[in-house]
Amino acid sequence: MRICLTVNGKKQELDSTPGDTLLHLLRRIGYKGVKKGCESGDCGACAVLLDGRVVNSCLVLAAKADGHCVTTVEGLAGQEKTGELHPVQEAFLEQGAVQCGYCSPGMMIAAVDLLAHNPNPTDQEIKEGISGNLCRCTGYVKQIEAIRIAAKKMRKSADV
Amino acid sequence: MCEQRKQEFTIVGRSERKVDGIALVTGKPKFVTDIDLSNMLYVKILHSPYAHARITEINTSRAESLPGVMCVLSSKNTPSTRYTTAGQGYPEPSPYDTRMFDTKVRFVGDRVAAVAAETEEIALQALKEIEVHYEELPPVLSVDAATALETAIIHDEKDASGIFDPARNISAKIDINVGDVTQGFAESDFIVETTCETQYAQHTPIEPHVVLSYLDEDGRLVLRTSTQVPFHVRRIVSYVLGIPLHRIRVIKPRIGGSFGVKQEVLLEDLAGLVTLRTDRPALIELTRQEEFVSTRTRHPMRIRVKLGAKRNGVLHAIEMEALSNTGAYGSHSLTVLSNVGSKTLPLYNKAKNVRFSGKAVYTNLPVAGAYRGYGATQGYYSLEVAMDELAGQLGLDPIELRRRNHIRCGESSPIFEEIGEGREGVAQTINSCELERCLEIGAKRIGWAKKRGSRTRNGSWVHGLGMSIHMQGSGIAQVDMGAATIKMNEDGSFNLLVGATDLGTGSDTILGQIAAEVLGVPLSKVIVYSSDTDFTPFDVGAYASSTTYVSGTAVKRAAEEVRGQIVEVAAAMLESDITSLAIKDEQVISIDGRSVTLAEACQRAMYQADQFQIGAMASCVQDQSPPPFMSSFAEVAVDTETGFVKIVDYVAVVDCGTVINPKMAQGQIEGALVNGIGYALSEVMLFSPTGRVQNATLFDYKILGALDIPPIDITLLDSYEPTGPMGAKSIAEIGINGPIPTIANAIYDAVGVRLTKTPFTPERVLSAIRSHST
Repeated sequence: MRICLTVNGKKQELDSTPGDTLLHLLRRIGYKGVKKGCESGDCGACAVLLDGRVVNSCLVLAAKADGHCVTTVEGLAGQEKTGELHPVQEAFLEQGAVQCGYCSPGMMIAAVDLLAHNPNPTDQEIKEGISGNLCRCTGYVKQIEAIRIAAKKMRKSADV
Repeated sequence: MCEQRKQEFTIVGRSERKVDGIALVTGKPKFVTDIDLSNMLYVKILHSPYAHARITEINTSRAESLPGVMCVLSSKNTPSTRYTTAGQGYPEPSPYDTRMFDTKVRFVGDRVAAVAAETEEIALQALKEIEVHYEELPPVLSVDAATALETAIIHDEKDASGIFDPARNISAKIDINVGDVTQGFAESDFIVETTCETQYAQHTPIEPHVVLSYLDEDGRLVLRTSTQVPFHVRRIVSYVLGIPLHRIRVIKPRIGGSFGVKQEVLLEDLAGLVTLRTDRPALIELTRQEEFVSTRTRHPMRIRVKLGAKRNGVLHAIEMEALSNTGAYGSHSLTVLSNVGSKTLPLYNKAKNVRFSGKAVYTNLPVAGAYRGYGATQGYYSLEVAMDELAGQLGLDPIELRRRNHIRCGESSPIFEEIGEGREGVAQTINSCELERCLEIGAKRIGWAKKRGSRTRNGSWVHGLGMSIHMQGSGIAQVDMGAATIKMNEDGSFNLLVGATDLGTGSDTILGQIAAEVLGVPLSKVIVYSSDTDFTPFDVGAYASSTTYVSGTAVKRAAEEVRGQIVEVAAAMLESDITSLAIKDEQVISIDGRSVTLAEACQRAMYQADQFQIGAMASCVQDQSPPPFMSSFAEVAVDTETGFVKIVDYVAVVDCGTVINPKMAQGQIEGALVNGIGYALSEVMLFSPTGRVQNATLFDYKILGALDIPPIDITLLDSYEPTGPMGAKSIAEIGINGPIPTIANAIYDAVGVRLTKTPFTPERVLSAIRSHST
C-alpha cells in the first residue's frame, strides 16, 4: 500500500505493508537516527515526534502515520546550511549527556517534546518527560542537566 | 608517601566535547546496522527450549526448501571446533567448552540451528520448519544441585579442554593461602562471618548484539560488529571457522553500550560463515528477548567472608570463599572468580593471614560472562557487609575501622602477586592512594557524624546511613597490551590510530586529548580512528578498566616520539639546538623567540628536505595495575510498612589519578552507580521451574529510569599516579562496586536487619524486618 508521510518537513509517498511499523519504515527510508532497542515500547530509543508529540515509533503502525508529520533526530538541527544544532543537541554535547549515543536520539526527541509544552520544567518534570527513555550509560544525571540548560537557553532566545 | 606532582595541562583535564559527539547527536549512521548493503541476508537463530537435552536428530530439509532460504546451519554442517566465546587475550584462561552448534543443548536459549534468508519473515518461518528431536536430560538449575553427589554432568563431551573437573560440574577452582588463617583466627579477639548471595543480572545495553558481515572486493571477510574486542573477534573467528586470520577484517563502528556483554564472540562466527557459504552480506540482529535469554549475564555468587581482628581494630585474618554460577558455559569463569579476591582483598592489607578459595560451577542456566566490576562487585558485597558487622562488634565507627585497615601509598599486598588472571599475579606497590581523603570528604558530604545511627522517623519511613570502600584495577598487569599510531599531515593535524575500543565511554576522545596535550595542538587537530583490524594497531580491547592506563600510555609514547621528530625538523629549519626548542600552540618555539608552525615543519618533511613521514607507533604493556579507589556513602529511607527502600542521597568520592576529562569521568561513575543501584534494588532474572527466563523484556526486568535515580554527589579527587599517562588511572568499573554493600549497610543502620541476598526488593526487606522483630 502507499502512504503519505511528511518527514522532517519533506513530504514523501512511500510503500508499506500491513504490520509495517513506523520504526521500520523510517529506518528503511534512511532515517537511521531512529534506533531499535526493544520493539516493545519499553526503551524509547525509537522515539520520534508524530504531529509534534513524542511516540515510540515501534508501537505505531506505518499505516496509522499516513497523512501525518514526523520529526526524527535528523530533523532537530536547524537549516543544514548553517549546521546549527538544536539547543537540546547542543546541551547534550556540552554537558557530556551522550555516552554511547544509542538512546540519545529518542531521549532528545522526548526532551524537545517536553520543552515545547513546558518551557520551564522542574527537575521532577524533566525526569517525568524522559521517563519513557532508558539509558544504561549515563545514569541520567547529565541528561537532566542538559535539558535544564537547554530549557534556559530556549527561554532566553524566546524572550529576545 | 604519594607523589604529589602537579603538572600543568592544557587539553588534559578539560571537559572537551566527544570527538564523535556531533555525529551522535544528529543521528548520523554510525552504528552497525546504519548502513544498507544490497543483497543482504537476514539470519535468525533457533534456540533450545530445554535446559538440558541431547539432540538425537535434526532435520533441516523442509526449512531449506522454503523459497527465499539460502542457508541453514546446524551441527551437521558446521565446524566442530571447541572454543571459548570469551574475548580474552591468547591463550584464553577460559575453558574450550563451546561449539558453534553442538549435539547437546545446555540451557534454554542455547543455539540449535540458524537460517539465512532473503527476509527476516522467511528466516523466522524457516525456523519453524526445522525438526529437532531432543532427548531430555535432568536439568541442573542451581549451584547446590550442580555440586550435589548425584548430579547430571553438563559437560560430558570428550573434546572439551580447560575444564577443572567436568565430572563434578566444576568449571574453575582457586585456592590461595597467605600466612595461616586457622592460626590467625585463633589469635583474633573478634571474629565475624557473613555469607551473601547475588542474583542473575543482565547488562542490557540499549543496542542488542548485532553484526553485519560481507566480502570485500578482494573476497576477504569483513565483520562490522558491535564488540569490545575487535582483535580477539578476528582471532577467534579465524580459529573457529578455520580460515586464515589475514582473510578477516573486523570493524567496530559506534556501539550502543556493552558493559562486558560484548566481550564475547557470540554472533560473528555465524554471520561470517553465512557470508562465506553464500557469498552474500549477512545481518544478525538479536531481539531484546534473545539478548536476555541467549547472551551473557553477571555471575551469580554466594560468598562467605570471615574476618578476624585484634582488639585494636586491626584485621588479623580474612577468609573468603566464593561459589560462582557460570551457567551452561565457562566463559570468564576462572577470571571473574579470581577477581572476587584479587580486586578486594588487597584493600585490607593489614591482615597477615588470608585465604581465598572458590569454585565456578556449571548449571543449565544462562551463561555468565564479563560484566562491569567483574567479580569484585560480588566480592565487595560480602566483604563490606562483614566489615560493617565487625565495626559493630568492636564498637568502632565503620569509617574508623576502614582507616585502621586500608592500604596506603608505598604499601603492598601479597594478594597482588598470588592472584592474577588465570595465572599468578604481579607484585606491586601502591603509588597513589587517596582513600583517607575519600573517607573524610564522603563522610562530610553525606552528613555522617550527624545522621548515622539517628534512625530519624517520618511516618512509617526510617532513615539510615551506610558506607563502604572499594578498589579496582587499571588493566591486567603484564597481559594487556595496547598500541597507537600517529602520523602527521601537512596542515599540522594528526591521525591517531588506536586499536582501543570506544564503547561509548569516550575513550576516542580522551586518547585524542592525551595526544593533543603532548603535541601542543587543540583536540580538533587530532583525527581519531579506532578499532579496525586492518588499519589500527593491536589492542586487547575495552575491558578490565585498561584503556586510559594502558592504551593511554601507548598514545602518550607515540605522541612523544612524533614530537621528537617534529622538533628535529624544526631544529634544522631554525638552525638551533633541539634542547632550545619547545612545542606550544601549534608551533615549535625557540628560546630566542623564533618559531615555525607545525604545518611548516611537516611541509618541509613531506616535500622539501630530508623527506620522511613524521609518524610513530608505540605499544604499552604495564608491569602493574594501579587501583583506583572510592568511598561510597548512602542515606536510605526504609518503609517499614512495605519494605520499600528509597535512596535519599548517594555520595561517591573517587581517586582515579589525573582526571583526563572531568565530565566524562563523572559520567562513568554516575552510570556505574545507577547500574549498581538497579542491581541492588530491582534487577533480577527470574526463571521458571524448567530454567526458562520469565522476564525477558525491559518492562519486566527493571533497570532504573530517570524517575528512579536519587541525588548523586560525586567528587573526583586530585590525585596523581606516577606510572599512568599524565598521572591517570582507570575509572570505568569501580563505581558499580559501591551500591550493594553501601545500601545494605544503610538498611542495617535504619532498621537493624542484614540483607544478605540481592536485590533488596520490598518483599525481601519487609520479610527481613518482620522476622527480625518477632
